[in-house]
Amino acid sequence: MSLSEIEAATESEQVEQAAGNLRREAWRRLRRDPVAIVGFCLIAFFVLVALLAPLLAPYAPDAQPGRGMITPTNIPGPSAQHWFGLDASGRDELSRVIHGARQSLLVGVVSMLLGMIGGLTLGVLAGAFGGTVDSVVMRIVDVMLSIPGLLMAIAIAALLGASLTSVMIAIAIVNVPVFARLLRGQMLAQRGSDYVLAARSLGVRRRSIVFGHILPNSISPVIVQATLTLATAIIEAAALSFLGLGSADPRVPEWGRMLADTQRYLASAPHLALFPGLAIVVAALGFTMLGERLREAIDPKYRR
Amino acid sequence: MSVSISEARGPLLDVRDLSVAFTRKGSPDVRAVDGVTFTVSPGETVGLVGESGSGKSVTSLAVMGLLPPRGVRVGGQVLFDSDDLLTLPRDRMRDIRGRDIAMVFQDPMSSLNPVVPIGVQVAEVLERHQDLKGEPARRGAEDLLARVGIPDPRRRLKEYPHQLSGGMRQRALIAMALACKPRLLIADEPTTALDVTIQAQIIELLKELVQDTGASLVMITHDLGIVAGLCDTVHVMYSGRVVESAGRRELFAEPHHPYTGGLLASVPRLDAPRGAPLHPIPGSPTDVLQWSDGCAFAPRCPNRIEPCTGGPPPLESIGGRSLRCLNPLTESEEVPA
Repeated sequence: MSLSEIEAATESEQVEQAAGNLRREAWRRLRRDPVAIVGFCLIAFFVLVALLAPLLAPYAPDAQPGRGMITPTNIPGPSAQHWFGLDASGRDELSRVIHGARQSLLVGVVSMLLGMIGGLTLGVLAGAFGGTVDSVVMRIVDVMLSIPGLLMAIAIAALLGASLTSVMIAIAIVNVPVFARLLRGQMLAQRGSDYVLAARSLGVRRRSIVFGHILPNSISPVIVQATLTLATAIIEAAALSFLGLGSADPRVPEWGRMLADTQRYLASAPHLALFPGLAIVVAALGFTMLGERLREAIDPKYRR
Repeated sequence: MSVSISEARGPLLDVRDLSVAFTRKGSPDVRAVDGVTFTVSPGETVGLVGESGSGKSVTSLAVMGLLPPRGVRVGGQVLFDSDDLLTLPRDRMRDIRGRDIAMVFQDPMSSLNPVVPIGVQVAEVLERHQDLKGEPARRGAEDLLARVGIPDPRRRLKEYPHQLSGGMRQRALIAMALACKPRLLIADEPTTALDVTIQAQIIELLKELVQDTGASLVMITHDLGIVAGLCDTVHVMYSGRVVESAGRRELFAEPHHPYTGGLLASVPRLDAPRGAPLHPIPGSPTDVLQWSDGCAFAPRCPNRIEPCTGGPPPLESIGGRSLRCLNPLTESEEVPA
């Protein structure tokens, strides 16, 4: 190989390596971050359990294999047969916690997506048009934000009637103003930037400037917020079903309702509170850990 | 010869009595540009010279229609093709921008979108104004990058701005500005943010491209070296007004306004003895008076006389050049060397 060929080869290699964009750079930082990795593992564990629930759970969530073993004074705790013990109806607690992951993941993802779509729509409207549109949208957002999130979710869920769907809608609505305000602020900051001025100086249309230039530069914090929202959505879903606003069907395993059902037996069967509680913590913790580190990896302000 | 033909056709850009004031409720208006008048003939290169805050950039943004819609009051006329750009509907102005008039900005580091590949950004201009799409637009972008001297343009198309050096980015921005062969290019301090060695290359490139396409160029700068090497006509601005206009040769040979003289004197000379003191203009433009009280340059002016602070000096034309000064430099007291 001649010298120039070698040079050309190494040069193209460098370019190949450099071709990664900003997001790939963030990804690289994230992969070296132990907290992010732990968070990612927790999420992966949670998602896998949810997806494979029927395979992993030793019993169906509504089966009552321990029916005969339950007496008002004796709810058996963890054993070799039932790792997480039995609940007050003689159902296998492990199977219910595993199946509960499905509910949590479903509510978390759907309500986060709905909330994000609603919030981004409002945010783009406000950020792109500014002026009166911005004022009107942001006042609505301010009003929504002035009501404590959980309180509003309870009110909405109560209004819609106890069901899984109303829990998802309630949590989605609570998250709309959060996304709207975040995106609007990001877009406003980008609107005055030099590259937007340069694009305008070339006659680029407003739609292209908003969707082709401003939005791609504003979206990173939204991804972070989405991850963090999954954590709060899971907790809020548990809270709503704890309060009896979740699915009306007692056979559906929901972590929040499992906690509520166990209140009476707290002294005699503490394991019934421990395992669903732990499950909520682990799932929420995973998304929080990853979300926080994602923020640090993406946002140059947090870069150490 | 080309000048006589173009003069017969009239100027390409005719800025008449342009004024820009920034308004804010509860505080007096800030006049950034006041009564600025100049013309640009086809193929001509015009320099707008002045230090920071003299209104050069605001003038160019006003011509481009890029000032924010609120909080700004623009007056006067900006005639381009006998259309007044200041009163043109917004979508017609948008069609003109990038196609007939384009602009190159000061900071190539921030003037490109950081998350969009270079090729997409260059192609966007072609898609917008020349109705090219897909492969033809990509090929057009590649040709443009090659044209502005970016090596291996095919590969560069896929790269992001942070992978390019400052000089390369400014070249890419010039490629975008000249994509549709505009008849007028406004360059707002295009080399200020670049290394000295790159500056000369960029100026050379601009000169070459403008000559090739026959475009007119408005060069906004505070660097008199650039003016000397590039411009046909020079307008010196101070505190929002033109204080002296002249052909490049006349201006350099015989500056009349004390501010022009000061600018020329402040350029370090290679032939000066080592250790010779520099000649800065005393003071800074932050302590300027409003023009209504008198000449804004008076507080810093070595030639100040009593009437200078008695009211705004008028812009007077003398033999093909114009001057806003009551006590201009005479030949003997010219540039202190």
